[in-house]
Amino acid sequence: MAVVEAIGVRKSFGHTEVLRGVDLTVEQGQVVCMLGPSGAGKSTFLRCVNHLETIDSGRIWVDGVPVGFRQHNGKLHELREKDVAAQRRHIGMVFQRFNLFPHRTALENIVEGPVQVLGVPVAKARADALALLERVGLAEKASAYPRQLSGGQQQRVAIARSLAMKPKLMLFDEPTSALDPELVGEVLDVMVSLAREGMTMIVVTHEVGFARSVADQVVFMVDGAIVESGPPEQVLDNPQQPRTRQFLAKVF
Amino acid sequence: MASSDLEVVPLRHWGRWVGAAAIVAVLGGLFAAFVDAKIIWADVPEFFLHETMLEGLLNTIVLAVCAQAGAIVLGVVIALMRLSANPVARWFAVGYIWLFRGLPVLLQILVWFNLALVFEHISIPMLFEAKTNVLVTAFVAALLGLGLNESAYMAEIVRAGLTSVDPGQVEAAKSIGMTPSLTLRRVVLPQAMRVIIPPTGNNFINMLKGTSMASVIGFLELVHAANNIASRNLEVMETLLAAAAWYMVLVSIASVGQHYLERRYGRG
Repeated sequence: MAVVEAIGVRKSFGHTEVLRGVDLTVEQGQVVCMLGPSGAGKSTFLRCVNHLETIDSGRIWVDGVPVGFRQHNGKLHELREKDVAAQRRHIGMVFQRFNLFPHRTALENIVEGPVQVLGVPVAKARADALALLERVGLAEKASAYPRQLSGGQQQRVAIARSLAMKPKLMLFDEPTSALDPELVGEVLDVMVSLAREGMTMIVVTHEVGFARSVADQVVFMVDGAIVESGPPEQVLDNPQQPRTRQFLAKVF
Repeated sequence: MASSDLEVVPLRHWGRWVGAAAIVAVLGGLFAAFVDAKIIWADVPEFFLHETMLEGLLNTIVLAVCAQAGAIVLGVVIALMRLSANPVARWFAVGYIWLFRGLPVLLQILVWFNLALVFEHISIPMLFEAKTNVLVTAFVAALLGLGLNESAYMAEIVRAGLTSVDPGQVEAAKSIGMTPSLTLRRVVLPQAMRVIIPPTGNNFINMLKGTSMASVIGFLELVHAANNIASRNLEVMETLLAAAAWYMVLVSIASVGQHYLERRYGRG
């Protein structure tokens, strides 16, 4: 069964239609990279997957469940925030601006979800969190507050915070766009190793090199619709659509 | 012409010396005036520790703390209503703030104290019933007047604090599966506290002094205590000075407390 199955997803903000019928299937262990000019609706689509935005029509199933909704008598009934929260537990999300909790240390940021949401005992959660910090190469920063960390370090802590919830799916919303160029690599390295370990991931990015090396599927979006998708060697090296060619010519 | 050892002459701030001398002269004059004034200084410490004064002190503290605590709780509720998606709740909050912030505290205290003139009984059908003049004592009237007025201010302070938190924080909390109430408690409020504490400390200091208005309805707080003592010995200024000293003590303690609270929530 596919981890993510999106069919005909539409979404408008006021009179602007940002998503005009997006279809996407992500299989277990796949990495999907979404490329496209800004304003194409990539981030909006990603935010619909964990119901940070409510879709207007279509459907998005994650792990066999319509996120944010309950299916009843052939209709999708929107769930209460409390119930959506339970569905989001195992969908990790990494933001462009990190969004670490500034009043908590790196370790406390990671422990927060397991302890408060999943009810993991504090000692166990701390041990797990330290292991995660080790994994993203920041074991020595456990007691640092976010403002004492560089952008790249903050983003790695943010990834560890998501992983602490043992997600079945990870959503990355332009995870390196707010970083200084020399810090991009350390974050991409963590994401590459995650991909290699078989994490199912949807990554909105402008990093074509990353897409080429780890993506199973590259999706190119323009004006709220997918214009081209397929394996990276096809979409990136031999694009069929003129819009894709124009975009890639500018990015390189 | 470049020479490495030219002497540097700092700018002389003559104006500062003149200003400082003027301030010292004024303070000295004031001090001398008070020493010569017809004040029996030796009696002030006695009134400071007078039994009635201490009773007034205790009542002042209890009234200020209860009114402020109630105002904080109510303020959070009204602020959440003000920010709610429910338009009726929003309009109720706007009206509440408009009313209780708009009326003078003294007038509000007097209205509560005289409530029995218009409502003989207060009742919630089938749950509760009482005679108004038994229920609304001077303390209760002062508590309602001060507390409700303060809650309107607190609502605006809390709203400012809540809206100061980056919306990305709420999204991050949602992304790890936090419910709205958990998000408020663990993520939003702790960060809002940085914005909420300084004006709340300010308001609490105002509250400590505002309790003096309860003297008008006969509540025995510091000013009323001072008046009571003075009515027996006619040493009006001496008793007022003793009360003033207690206000300064209370305000100083509150300031120190605010400092520590700010440090506690300033982490990170």
